[in-house]
Amino acid sequence: MRKYRSFRALNGKVSFLVDQKAVNTILVLLALVVLLLILSAGLGEMKISPLSVLQVFFGGGTEMDRLVVQSFRLPRIIVALLVGMGLAVAGGILQGMIRNPLASPDILGITGGAAVAVVGFLAIFSDENNALIVSIQWLPIAAFLGALVVALLVYFLSWKNGVSPIRLVLIGIGISTLMQALTTLLMILGPIYRASQANIWITGTVHGTNWSEVRVLVPLIITLLAVAIMMARTVNIQELGDEIATGVGGRVQRQRFLLLLISTALIASSVAFAGGIGFVGLMAPHMARRLVGSAFGALLPVSALIGGILVMLADLIGRTMFSPLEVPAGVFTAAIGAPYFIFLLFKTRNQ
Amino acid sequence: MLLKTSGQRWVGLVISMVAMIFLACASIVYGYTETSWKMAYQAFTDFNGTNEHIIIESVRLPRALIAATVGASLAMAGVLMQTLTKNPLASPGIFGVNAGAGFAVVVAVSLFSVGSLQAYTWIAFLGAAVAAISVYVIGSTGREGLTPMKLTLAGAAIAAMFSSFTQGLLVLNEAALEQVLFWLAGSVQGRKLENLASVFPYLLAGWVAAMILSPKMNVLSMGEDVAKGLGLNTGLVKLGAGIIVIFLSGGAVAIAGPIGFIGIVVPHVARAVVGIDHRWVIPYAGLLGGMLLLVADIAARYIIMPQEIPVGVMTALIGTPFFIYIARKGFNGR
Repeated sequence: MRKYRSFRALNGKVSFLVDQKAVNTILVLLALVVLLLILSAGLGEMKISPLSVLQVFFGGGTEMDRLVVQSFRLPRIIVALLVGMGLAVAGGILQGMIRNPLASPDILGITGGAAVAVVGFLAIFSDENNALIVSIQWLPIAAFLGALVVALLVYFLSWKNGVSPIRLVLIGIGISTLMQALTTLLMILGPIYRASQANIWITGTVHGTNWSEVRVLVPLIITLLAVAIMMARTVNIQELGDEIATGVGGRVQRQRFLLLLISTALIASSVAFAGGIGFVGLMAPHMARRLVGSAFGALLPVSALIGGILVMLADLIGRTMFSPLEVPAGVFTAAIGAPYFIFLLFKTRNQ
Repeated sequence: MLLKTSGQRWVGLVISMVAMIFLACASIVYGYTETSWKMAYQAFTDFNGTNEHIIIESVRLPRALIAATVGASLAMAGVLMQTLTKNPLASPGIFGVNAGAGFAVVVAVSLFSVGSLQAYTWIAFLGAAVAAISVYVIGSTGREGLTPMKLTLAGAAIAAMFSSFTQGLLVLNEAALEQVLFWLAGSVQGRKLENLASVFPYLLAGWVAAMILSPKMNVLSMGEDVAKGLGLNTGLVKLGAGIIVIFLSGGAVAIAGPIGFIGIVVPHVARAVVGIDHRWVIPYAGLLGGMLLLVADIAARYIIMPQEIPVGVMTALIGTPFFIYIARKGFNGR
C-alpha cells in the first residue's frame, strides 16, 4: 500500500497528493544529478579530481582548476541540466495532454519552427562576406520566437470548435514537414559553412555556453517548471479524455491551451540555448512513468530530473569520448532515444 | 465527381495525356538558358552541337522525363497508401521512406565515400525499403492490426529517428553535408537518363501491378470485414499493395531524392475528378502527379532566378496548405 500525503496551499489553488515512494525516488535522482555535476565538471580535456572540483565549488582550488571548472565547464553543464529538464517536462505534458505516449516536441513541429528561425537569422543577418552583422547573442531570441510562432500556428490551425489531440498531432506533423523543407531551402541558398553552422544547431549542442546565457535560462526554466508542476493536476484530468474531463469539472479547452503554452515556452527556451536536442522529451517521461507511475504530481519532477541527467550525460560523452573532437549532445540523445522509441512502439502496440 | 460516365473519363484521360506531353515539352523549352520551341524541335531532328542543343538533349530532356515519371509514381503510391491505411493523409513522405533513403545515402557518402548519383540510386532504394517495411511492421503489430493513428505515429517516429541519425552524421562530416544537401532537399535536376533507366523497370512494374490490383483495392476500401466477406484474401492484397508502394516510392526517392506531398495531394485531386473507383483513380493520379511535378519543377527554375529552388521544397510549399485542409476536414467520421 502506498503512502500518500496531501499538500495544499493558496486556498486549494495548489494541491498535490505526495507519494512517499516518489519522494524517495526524487531524492535519489537529485543525488545522482549532483554526483554527475561534480563528475562532469572534472572530466574532459584536462582531468580534475572530484575533490578538487568540490574545492572549487566552495571557493578554493588552484587558479587553473577554477578557470576550467567555472568558466568553461560549469555553464554548459548547468545549461545541459536545465535544457534536459525543460524538454522532459514539456514532453511529459504533451504526452498527457495529447493522450498519446509517442507525442514529443519534435513531432509537433515546435523544434522545427525554431530551426527555421535560426537558419533564417543566420541568412538574413549576414553581409556579403558572410560575417554576422548583429551579435550572435540574438540567436536564442530568434529561436524562441520561431518556436512560439509555429506552436501558435499549429494550435490555431487545429482549432475547430476546440482543439482535438489528433488534429493537433496531424497538423503538427504537416507543419514540421514544411519547416524542414524551409530549413533545407535556406541552407541550400546560403554558403556551405553557414549550412554546417545551422546543422550543428539543429542537432543540438551546449558547446560554448557562457554565464550570461545561464543567467537568462535559470530564472526562465525554474519559473516555468514551477508553473508546470502547479498545473500538474490539470494534466491528470486531461488524460481522462474530453468527455470525462468536462464531466469532472475541468475547463478542457482553456487548460489545454495553458498547458500547450507552458510546454511551448519550455521547449522554446530550451532549444533557444541548446538547439534541437531530440528524443529527451520523449524518453524521459516514459522512464519516469516506470519509476513512479503516471500521476503527474510525481511524474513531472521525476521526468525533469531524468531529462537533466540524460542531457548532461550526452554532453559529457560528446565532449570526452571522441576528444579532441566535440560531438553535439543531440547525436547521443538520438542514439539512445531512437532505439528506445522503437521499443516503445512495440510495447504500446496494443493500445 | 467531375467526370461521371466512362466515356467522359476516357476523353479526360486522353486530354490529361496530351496536357502532360505539352508540359514535358514546356519543361524542355523553358529555363535559365533561353531556348525556343523551334530550337527544341531541331535538337532532336537536326542536332548541330550548339550549347543550346546540348543542354536540351542532355539536361532538359532527362529532367522532364524524370519529373514526369517520379511525379506519376509518387501519386500512384499515394493512392495505394491511402487505401491501404484508410488514412487520407498517408503518403510515402509521411511514412519514413524519404528519411530512410536520406539516411542510407548519407551513410554511404560519409562512411564509404560513395560519390556518384548513380550509386545513390541503389542505396536510396535500399534505405527507403528498409524504412517502409519497418514502419509497416511496427504500425501493423498488435491486436487491432493496422490503424491510421498507429501507422502515422510509427512513420513520424521512424522518420524522426532516421533524420536525427542523418543530422548527426552530417555534423561530423562537413564535406558530406555539402555533397548531399541538394539531394536531401529533393530535386530532379542534374540527373542522367541512365539514372532513370536503372530504376524505370521497377517503376513500370509498379504501375502495371497497381493497375492489375486496382479492382481488389476497390474491395479492400470497403473495409476489412466486408472485403473478407466478399472472399478477398486481404492479407495478400495488403502485402501486394505494400510491395508496390515500396517499388514506386523507393524508385522515385532513388532518382529524385525526397519529394513530399505529391503523394498526398494528387490522389485527392484525382478522386475529386473521377470518384472512388481505383481503376480510374490510379491512372488519373499518375497523370496528374506527373503534371504537378513538371509544373513545380518549371516554377522552381523561375522563382529566384538564376538560382533554383529544389523541387522538393516547391512541393512542400504547395502541399502543406492542402495537407492542413484535409486534416481539418477530418476523416473516418473523426
